[in-house]
Amino acid sequence: MTKEQRLKKRYRAEKRFKMYGLISVSLAVIFVLILVQNIFSKGSSAFSRTMIEVAVNYDSSLLELEGPINQNSLKDADFYDLAVESLLKIYPAKDSKEERQILRLFSPDYEFEIKDFLIKNPNKIDQIVPVKITASDDIDQLNKGNFPRDLPEDRRRVSNYQLNIYDNLIEKEKIDKKFNNYLFTKGDSRDPELAGIGGSLMGSFFTIIICLILSFPIAIMASIYLEEFAPKNKITDFIEININNLAAVPSIVYGLLGLGILLSVMEFPRSTPLVAGITLSLMTLPRIIIPCRASLKAVPPSIREAALSVGASKFQTVFHHVVPLAMPGTLSGTIIGLAQALGETAPLILIGMVAFVVDIPSSPVDPSASLPVQVYLWSEQAERGFVEKTSATIMMLLGFLIVMNFIAVYLRQKFEKKWN
Amino acid sequence: MELNNSKIKIKAKNLNVYYGKKQALFDINLDINQKEVTALIGPSGCGKSTFIRCINRMNDVIDICKVEGSVEIDGAEINEKNVDVVTLREKVGMVFQKPNPFPKSIYDNIAYGPIIHGAAENKDQMDNIVETSLKKAALWDEVKDRLNEPGTSLSGGQQQRLCIARALSVNPEVILMDEPCSALDPIATAKIEELIDDLKKSYTIVIVTHSMAQAVRVSQKTGFFHLGKIIEVDSTEKIFKNPANKMTQDYITGRFG
Repeated sequence: MTKEQRLKKRYRAEKRFKMYGLISVSLAVIFVLILVQNIFSKGSSAFSRTMIEVAVNYDSSLLELEGPINQNSLKDADFYDLAVESLLKIYPAKDSKEERQILRLFSPDYEFEIKDFLIKNPNKIDQIVPVKITASDDIDQLNKGNFPRDLPEDRRRVSNYQLNIYDNLIEKEKIDKKFNNYLFTKGDSRDPELAGIGGSLMGSFFTIIICLILSFPIAIMASIYLEEFAPKNKITDFIEININNLAAVPSIVYGLLGLGILLSVMEFPRSTPLVAGITLSLMTLPRIIIPCRASLKAVPPSIREAALSVGASKFQTVFHHVVPLAMPGTLSGTIIGLAQALGETAPLILIGMVAFVVDIPSSPVDPSASLPVQVYLWSEQAERGFVEKTSATIMMLLGFLIVMNFIAVYLRQKFEKKWN
Repeated sequence: MELNNSKIKIKAKNLNVYYGKKQALFDINLDINQKEVTALIGPSGCGKSTFIRCINRMNDVIDICKVEGSVEIDGAEINEKNVDVVTLREKVGMVFQKPNPFPKSIYDNIAYGPIIHGAAENKDQMDNIVETSLKKAALWDEVKDRLNEPGTSLSGGQQQRLCIARALSVNPEVILMDEPCSALDPIATAKIEELIDDLKKSYTIVIVTHSMAQAVRVSQKTGFFHLGKIIEVDSTEKIFKNPANKMTQDYITGRFG
């Protein structure tokens, strides 16, 4: 081979390598885009909610109230008869079967929505007022265009009669969409139009806080001791190997540990963020210790020597110089460890966080769900409404993870000290 | 071996140092005179740095390092368990091969030592210590207007003088310098050498150097190390003009090393 041939060959090899790199990067980008596009196209409709406007007749005689009418007495009143009477007026019904179909256009909470409106506007008593009531999941999906109308009636969830009413309401402009605040304020529900991630959001929040409180100080202290103070011998080698092994243990094993010890032996309350936080902090500990030790190790020995040579003790050297310099790496390692814990599902399933919890937890010892478990729970549901809710929850979860990782990168870049 | 009319500050007797199983220093006997510059020369890996790290017990930091034998400063043994290394290192300062200022301001770099030893009672005293230390290190005029800038923003030579000022800030009696000029250009080197010449009036200085010319320029006494053994120690003049040992002769004339 002549010199020119070798040169050409070398250029070709470089070009080929660049091509391979480009192909792999674009493949990765395409997959991410497909994923994001898929989630967004499915999930974006979950942020709106179909409302049906109904003229409600707040007839006080139907409320069977005793004594004066005020907010307290209204709270105890039974609005069922009043609600049904007004709702049935939106379209003529022949028989009780058709009446049931009319009621099924609305979410099962219509009674409370009508009641809440009056409690907020008590002066509307004995008046006929237009009130917007959440539509049922079927109508919601129909309105969002997710239900094919050309199927035969027995294969549709919406009957011909209901379709007629829907078309009629559209014509009268009684149907519109509004921002779905239920998605953030409500807990889980069997009815997709009423289900929200409020409960799982709080659950995840408590879980992560407990995980942070437990794992951060322990991990920092462990890594400082192991890296700076512990003698290097067989025992510390053994501990080091085991920390690395623990970081690689499948998370479900930690779930088993939580189930076996925290729930069975110590009898902590089941399905609570407390147990979830403890279990996840066990899982997170080695995953924080490893980056912490790496960032301590990355502080150049010359800094330690400098401090020691002016007469700083070992302790002063570590806490005045090494730890502050390692802080950015330590913090970003912690945040990334917590982000992993936030997205963890398997161990939480084992400690019972898959329970169907309607109430929003107000403390870490209340039963609750968490965001990733909520995704898992809703993805199993058959209703079309839960599909968009699942994607919306994934969007929220991804949002949190991106924000956390961004903070980690920011901290590292902002506070990293430059040394020569 | 001893020079006349000089008081011995540091006395190493039968000093052996091991890194794990490997022996790095063999039976070192060396006297270092007070308020004088002692240069240690020799090829790489001959144990010069290991030796000066014995004087302020910096070898303690290395787990596998074992020191046997005796080092006395002013007649007091330092290689004993009950000797407090913090007090020792307050007395024996050190300057390293590569300038290693803390990634903090110039002021904080100097103030760190006095702070941990409680040398200053108030801000004025601290300002005073910082100023005198920087003046002694001949850096004051260059940095007096930017004491709050990071020490790492200085040039290499200035950083090394900052490190010398930092070592001076705790009022040591001995200053160990481990090839302080190896990372510097000739102009910065000249400044440091000038500084060393000045400092020897008040401090005992031990300097490890690879540059024979530097040893001639700054030191009064020179020790030649080879493979962990001390081959010859004598006045610098004698070592470079008329060495007693053939190996010393070969090294200083550049035949090996």
